[in-house]
Parts: sequence; structure tokens; C-alpha cells
Amino acid sequence: MYVAVKGGEEAIDNAHGLLAHERRGPISIPDLSPDQIETQLALAVDRVMAEGSLYDPALAALAIKQARGDLIEAIFLVRAFRTTLPRFGNGEPVETGAMAIERRISATFKDLPGGQVLGPTFDYTHRLIDFMLAAGVTPPLPAEVETEHEATPRVTDLLDGEGLIEQELRDDTVEVGDLTRAPLDFPADRDLRLQALARGDEGFLLALGYSTQRGYGRTHPFVGEIRFGEVMAEFVPEELGFAVPLGPVALTECQMVNQFHGSAELPPQFTRGYGLVFGQSERKAMSMSLVDRALRTREFGEDVTAPAQDEEFVLSHCDNVQATGFVEHLKLPHYVDFQAELGLVRQMRSEYAARQQELKEAAE
Amino acid sequence: MSALAITAGFADPVIEAQAHFHSLMNALARPGTVHAFPAAVDAPAPLTPELAALALTLVDHEATLWLDATLAGSKPVLDYLRFHTGARIVADPAEAAFALVADAGAMPRLAEFGQGTDEYPDRSTTIVIAVAALATSGGLELTGPGIEARASLGVEPWPGDFVSQLAANRAQFPRGVDLVLVAAGQVAALPRTTHVSEV
Amino acid sequence: MSAVAAPQASGYNFAYLDEQTKRMIRRAILKGIAIPGYQVPFASREMPMPYGWGTGGVQVTAAIIGPADVLKVIDQGSDDTTNAVSIRKFFAKTAGVATTTETKDATIIQTRHRIPERQLTEKQTIVFQVPIPEPLRFLEPRETETRKLHALADYGLMHVKLYEDISRHGHIATTYDYPVEVADRYVMNPSPTPKFDNPKMHMSPALQLFGAGREKRIYAVPPFTKVRSLDFEDHPFEVQRFDKPCALCAATNVYLDEVVLDDRGGRMFVCSDSDYCEERRADGHRGELSGEAPHLVGGAA
Repeated sequence: MYVAVKGGEEAIDNAHGLLAHERRGPISIPDLSPDQIETQLALAVDRVMAEGSLYDPALAALAIKQARGDLIEAIFLVRAFRTTLPRFGNGEPVETGAMAIERRISATFKDLPGGQVLGPTFDYTHRLIDFMLAAGVTPPLPAEVETEHEATPRVTDLLDGEGLIEQELRDDTVEVGDLTRAPLDFPADRDLRLQALARGDEGFLLALGYSTQRGYGRTHPFVGEIRFGEVMAEFVPEELGFAVPLGPVALTECQMVNQFHGSAELPPQFTRGYGLVFGQSERKAMSMSLVDRALRTREFGEDVTAPAQDEEFVLSHCDNVQATGFVEHLKLPHYVDFQAELGLVRQMRSEYAARQQELKEAAE
Repeated sequence: MSALAITAGFADPVIEAQAHFHSLMNALARPGTVHAFPAAVDAPAPLTPELAALALTLVDHEATLWLDATLAGSKPVLDYLRFHTGARIVADPAEAAFALVADAGAMPRLAEFGQGTDEYPDRSTTIVIAVAALATSGGLELTGPGIEARASLGVEPWPGDFVSQLAANRAQFPRGVDLVLVAAGQVAALPRTTHVSEV
Repeated sequence: MSAVAAPQASGYNFAYLDEQTKRMIRRAILKGIAIPGYQVPFASREMPMPYGWGTGGVQVTAAIIGPADVLKVIDQGSDDTTNAVSIRKFFAKTAGVATTTETKDATIIQTRHRIPERQLTEKQTIVFQVPIPEPLRFLEPRETETRKLHALADYGLMHVKLYEDISRHGHIATTYDYPVEVADRYVMNPSPTPKFDNPKMHMSPALQLFGAGREKRIYAVPPFTKVRSLDFEDHPFEVQRFDKPCALCAATNVYLDEVVLDDRGGRMFVCSDSDYCEERRADGHRGELSGEAPHLVGGAA
């Protein structure tokens, strides 16, 4: 009987003790250090930072350790910590055009200024389990190629030069929303939608993005560009009045280029879907950009026919901390409600039996 | 603006804000009751300590604040409220989340404040009025949510046509303004649900 | 002040929330009281406990609680269910407030799924944990639509649903979270309390506050406010009735939990409100099984 009427407090304390013991595992095996997680499970750390909505690799690594590798639990830990942090203001928009590129690919042009940079990717690995890894082999140093420092303009900026893609102009007169500080109401503007998607569950967005490719809100996407690398985060303190660098932030940016036929007011041009996440996560950035484009139905006068286009549906369900809490709360005791249902079902069954009996007697 | 020129707010902001909120919440939940509102703050006149304590309890940069002409005309009052609350002070009473009124006789009509919408009736103004005296008996009879049968309230001074203005306010429920009344060391409230009549 | 020394030592603010968050929640609570039954949107924070486990109730309690308060936390009517224990510990740790299991001693009662049997008083505030605040949500999933329906006071959907229940089952098939109309205007979810508890909300001397953290809504029923369970003239609202009194304290007209004693159909029915039951037994009331109840059910008394 896990919901003891008495002794709940002792049971909780004991459960926490057992959890700590299980987390550590056998003492004969060395304790895992957060440094090891941060550097060797870096993509897990990136996901926790992205969906935890806080750029702090060391903290995310510790959260993964505390969560025993359960990434949604680690995201939850980071979110709860984030809530307690003081806010000094909004940072400056990051300039991804000035990114120190580690990886940069475009599916729309064979070559382009700045070139294609394959970088660290699983893309062309053969998915064969590498048993040498179990033996702890140190890999050889990666090849180094002399490159000229060439500017790497964004592909969308190149298209923009020809007027082929919708323009996106910076507007500092409009305050950027923050769904962690004000309740979301619908319809939500794109800033809030992008914030929700950036924090949203990778798996949920992946499935929604996939659904648009299969015709549930098709957007005809091309990967204009994916880039991964570091940009400088900057902040303007009110007393200084100019931007000071806070430090480098690793980001993955995806610019999806989507087809659009124009309208009475607009000449035909490509439209955009945008994805930006902390760390290296192309799957998330691409999914985000597919869903971002799908959600822009009001701007383009498109009918909402598919889940990925449905703003209330997507934004209300993309947050995995909310989702896991509510799904898992079903394991809390509900016996008062269940008792209410039991009573009603018993009553209705007895009424049903009485009616059947009457019918039977009437027939005889 | 020098912080040194600004007089003190709450000595213990966490505990005092809770205590003042507790009184205000119960005043609003139980119209016709009067609750202690110690307001031990050094507010610059014409800002009364109670108006200041209410602002310190509820207002910050996420809430808009409107001040009546008496308060808005005083630089020390503006400096004090800006420094302690960070509030965005607005000129149009319709845009205010909170309005502070030092001179009840000269205030705009209730209908000029934010009334909320039918879909978001919460987006309305809470009007805080400094009065000379509050009592649990007096010239006003109150009925409505929060009141078991009927309650009475004495407010001095009581602007002449307030009863008809409040009736109009009540008639547009759920839209409407809520009134908070503060006197020396005391708070009472008239939410938009309360029917007010003069006896 | 010793009450706040502990939280400062723990590194967190009094009652965990920062002051700006408390102000935001307090503003929402005041609007909720002024507009009974209306769901006020608020910028719910991410709490150090899961959504769905009482984050709304916890935020409301954290915004109203002070050093002089005495807190009681119940889940399913009981102070000792695991989640109630966990929330009570949270406040004991972060606010250093006194806690109690006795309804009569509490100034704030945070609850999930029950209202205590003992009538609440004017000195008390009850805070409900709410999973789905929108009474129309399962009839119309869109917030944009339900908001319009509330604005127009158009509750036809709800009446149609209840009437369909009657035509199909012969009963209104809602047994908990049974919708109520507050102060002749808003239709409101009372949270998943059994409908047995609905009449306790009507003209209650206590202030009733509702917090839904995941759904980011706060609402309220002021004291002495009309709360009417929706019904029809030919099918008036009725509460659950139990055939037997509590097996431990012999109380009647209380909500009972069914406890399975064995796998041969053995059952006993005992008070869901554990404090009420213990108090009655301490006063000498004895039910038919009070001598032979299993330890875990019988408790200390």
C-alpha cells in the first residue's frame, strides 16, 4: 500500500535515500563527474540547456547526473533553478552572421560564400556499433585544413538581395514577449511562438515537423542553411549605454526556405521558417523551423487544417515539463474521485438490472 | 536622482508586504470590514503612508500606475514611487492597473479608469483612495459577495455622486473598477460586485 | 525573527517565491476575488515540483502565507498522503511556518480533491489545487472559444452535456469536478472534489482560492457567496450518499473511502477526512470495525 494513511513522511525520506543510492550505482565503479558529462555527453547537455532555456553547460551536466540521465527530469531541474535567478534585462539580438562557424551546410546551393563546412556530424557515419569505444581508445587528432577567413553570409540574406524571399526587418520599437513572465494568450505573436518552440520538446516538434512533410500542413521546405558555432552574447547595461560582451554561446540556427505563390498584394516569393537552439541540435532546429513556418497561417492567409498549423494545439502541448507533470500526476492518489465514479457505476448497474428484470417479467 | 534624498520604504519588505497584502485581501473579500494597515513607511506628503504602503505591496515595473493631480504634481512623490516600485507611471487613467488618489473630491469619474473587457475583465483599474476616516458602521449599506446578509461602512469624505457611479460600475459586471479605501492605519475595499446604497 | 531564519539559511526567499512573483500572484488573487469564478491569467512560475502536483496551489499559498499562519495540507482528505506531506514539508522548510493536521487550528488549508468535513470559519482561507480550471474545456478545447463563451455567459454547451447524460444514463454522469455557477454569473470548476463537497462551497465563511499552475489561472470564491451546482428542475442536484456510517468513527453524512480488505470482496468504508475521523474517535465515537481496522488505515487514534 504505497499511499499509506500514516507514515507518508517516513516513506518519502526512505524513497529519497534509495534514489540517491541507486543513482550512485556500485561503489566499485568510479563516480561519474559532471565534467565528463559536459564534455563527453555534450549533446545531452545541449538538449538540457535548450529545453531548460538556460545556457549553463556545467549546470546542465550536473542536472543530468542528478536526474540519472533522464533528460526531461534534468530539463525540469534546470527550469526550476532558472525561475529563481534575478533578471537584469534583455540581451542584444545575437548576430549569427558573425558566427565562428564549426559547421555550415546549405541544401539549396552547391557552393556559396564561406563554403560548406561539414564539421562534427553523425550524418555520414555508418551506424555500426563501435566496439572499440568500449575499450576507451583515444582517437587520432582531427585533420586540420588551412582556411582563409572568409565571411559566411546567411543564405537567406543572399536570397534577400534579389527580393526572392520575404524580408525580415529588425524592429526595436516592439517589446519582445516572454512567456515565462506573462501568461500566454491566443493568438500569440511569432516572438512568443518561437520562444515556446525553442523551449519545446524535441520529440514533439520532430513529430509535428515530420507530419508537415507527409502532407499535414505541407510547407514545401528546403534547408536554406544550417549553421552551428559560437556567437558572442552581449548586453547593454543602462548605466553604460553600450554593449558589453557576456561570453560566447554555442548555437544551431536553421533557416528553412519555403515555397509560397504570392497573393494579390504580394509578388511570388519564398517564405521562411526559423529555428534557433542552444548547442548543437540540428534535429531540433530543423523541426522548429518546419513548425514555425507551419504556424504562420495568419500571415499568409492559409487555412488551418493540420495539427502543426494549430497554434493553440502546438503551443499548449509542446512543453515537456508541463506534459510530463500532468501525465505523471495520474499516479497521484485519485481515490476520492474514483470512489465517486464507483458509486455512480454501481448505482447505474443496479438500475439497469432492475430494468432488465422488469422487461423480463413483462415478457413472461 | 539621488537615492539618499528618497525616504524609506518597508524596513522588512518580505514580511511587511505580506502583512499589508493579507489585510487588503481580506478587506476585498469581505466588503464592510476594516483591517489594520500599519504602513510604517516614511512617505513624502501628499502621498499618505497607506497609499505608499499599498504601492510598495503591489506595484512594480510590470504594473502601470496612475496618480491624481495632487500626487502627480509632487516631484518627491514621483521620485519615491519610481525608486521604490519601478512602476510605469501613465497619464491616462484608462491604462492604469492601479490608481492612487489623494484627493477623492477631485478624482475623475470611475468610468474614466480601465474597465477591462468582457473577455478579460481583470484588465481593469484598482483605484486606491486616501480618505480621512473608515468605520464599520456609517452611511453606506453593502450587499453582495463577501457579505453574509448586509454590512455597513462609514467613509469620510464620501464624494457626492459615488453611489450612482458605483451602481453604474456594478451594472456592467464583470467589467468595472474595484475600490480600495485607506485611512490612517486602516484599509477597506469595495469590489465591483458590491451593491452600495446610502441609508 | 526565527520564522524567517530557516529560509534565509536555505538560500531561498521566504516561501520560496521572489517578491516580484508574489506581487504578480497577489494582483491576480485580488482580481479573482473581485470577479468571483472568473479565471484570471497569471504568469505561473516553474516550481521545484512537477506541474499537475499542486504547483498552482503552492504558488497561491506562497503568495498569501505569512509568519503568523498555521498551514494544513491535505490530499484526498488526508494529511498524510505522500504529496500532502511533500507540500507541507516544502512550506515548513522555505517559510518556517507552523503546520497542523487539525482543521480547526489552520489559518490556511491547501487541498487536493476534498473540502474538510468540519465547517470552515471566517478566519480561514482554503486553497485548492486545480488541474483543469476551465469547466468548458472538455466540451470545447480551444481557449479562444471558451473565453468568448464566458464573456457572453453562454453556458448552453454545459447544459446540453448534462442533459445528454440524463437522457443516456438517467443521471448526470459527473461525480466530481461538478460545475457550479458562482454569484449568478460565471460557471466554474470546483477542482476535482467529489460533488459531495459542492454544497460546502455555498455561502462558506472562508475565502476560497483556486490555483492552476500548468494552465496559468487563478480564481476565487469570496466568503458568503452563492455557489449553485448546475442542475435541472426535473433532475435536481444531489450529493453522494453512503449506505453505512464510517467503520471507524460511525460518522454519517461524511464522504467515505472504500478500503479493500481482501480479495474476496471484503470492504470497509472509512472517513476520507482523516482529521475529522481521528477527532471523533478521540471524542469516544466508535464504528463497527474500530477495534479490528488494519494498522495503516486505523492510524494513531
